[in-house]
Amino acid sequence: MAETTFTIDELPIPFTSGQTILEAAKAAGIYIPHLCYHPEFQAHGGCKMCTVMVNGKPQTACTHKAAAEQEVEVDTPELNSMRRTLVQMMFIEGNHFCPGCEKSGDCQLQALAYEYEMLSPHFVEFYPHRDIDASHPDVMIEFNRCVLCELCVRASRDVDHKEVFAIAGRGQNAKLIINSPTGKLGDSALAVTDRAAHVCPVGAIIVKRVGFAASPIGERKYDRGSISAEVETRETSEAL
Amino acid sequence: MTTGGQDKVKVRLATTSLAGCFGCHMSFLDIDERLFELAELAEFDRSPLTDIKHCGPCDIALIEGGVCNTDNVHVVRELRANAKILVAVGACAINGGLPALRNRLPVDDILTRVYRDPNTGEPCVPNSPELPLPLDMVYPVNEIVRVDYSLPGCPPSGDAVWKFLTDLILGRMPRLEYSLLNYD
Repeated sequence: MAETTFTIDELPIPFTSGQTILEAAKAAGIYIPHLCYHPEFQAHGGCKMCTVMVNGKPQTACTHKAAAEQEVEVDTPELNSMRRTLVQMMFIEGNHFCPGCEKSGDCQLQALAYEYEMLSPHFVEFYPHRDIDASHPDVMIEFNRCVLCELCVRASRDVDHKEVFAIAGRGQNAKLIINSPTGKLGDSALAVTDRAAHVCPVGAIIVKRVGFAASPIGERKYDRGSISAEVETRETSEAL
Repeated sequence: MTTGGQDKVKVRLATTSLAGCFGCHMSFLDIDERLFELAELAEFDRSPLTDIKHCGPCDIALIEGGVCNTDNVHVVRELRANAKILVAVGACAINGGLPALRNRLPVDDILTRVYRDPNTGEPCVPNSPELPLPLDMVYPVNEIVRVDYSLPGCPPSGDAVWKFLTDLILGRMPRLEYSLLNYD
């Protein structure tokens, strides 16, 4: 059977019509880094981690459709260096203190930093002043760790049908806001069983009374292996 | 920096701990019996291990902890002026770490709340000229002086310290494999 293919780093990759580059790559077992993409939700193209070169032009692989004869570059020193810079910028934009974060070891931002061998955030720290919202009985928001991936926004809107979260403001002033009369999570419709309470890739939305008990150091998700090695299995199991 | 030959010239190594917990130095000691091997390659300048107070010209300076007061600023500048290679070691030296959690609070608020006269309850902030003044924030080392390398971890494991140091001493580009690269 003749298959339609495009190439990733000169390897022929089959795809079906309508598939994005990221989906086709995943199906072929090729890792394209991503943070705001999640197979359950509509692609967003926000974090730019999945940027690849398509016929020499940068495109987000989670939104760009695969097409025959496309030449896609994924794993190049230039792109990987850009990805490390993106991660560094996300680190300095918030307050990401891994040693004190219960998500450490299971955090996708941290895992991407490991993947691209980030040894320091390089840029001058913003040290933003953001308050914690612990008003909800079961779920807490640590805004200092939010990377604005909008996964909670999409999960709450498309799966929970509650629209608890939104992003307000633009550029440097963009922030996660909560849809409730007081703006507090405790007064919103969020329940701990909601998809939105469990989709955060970083340590921003965390379920209370779990803390560091989930898995000990050495046995956490990214202690066991890198994000590029685990990505296929993790997302299929999480989607179930 | 030479490591071979008959009259071995040893690498001169300085270390210091600023706004940190000394955990990185403990991890440094965690290289265990490799300390003997290190002693063949290196000798210490200013370090808590030698109690030398001021650093002279040296090859490598390891800095643990963020920069939280005026004394820390003097120390990092002295190390930078004397060291060929300056390494920020551990989370606090790299991004301020947990001490930097105070960065959102005005420093006078913290001091007047913490230091109170036990009898009257009035603020009595220690003001001895011997005490270095706290800075407005805790800064990563690279925001005060140029840093050549960073060795992340809280603390970096003994194995990571050993890999990094030996890479540097032997003139290789320091590189941590996946299992040695941790931020916590």
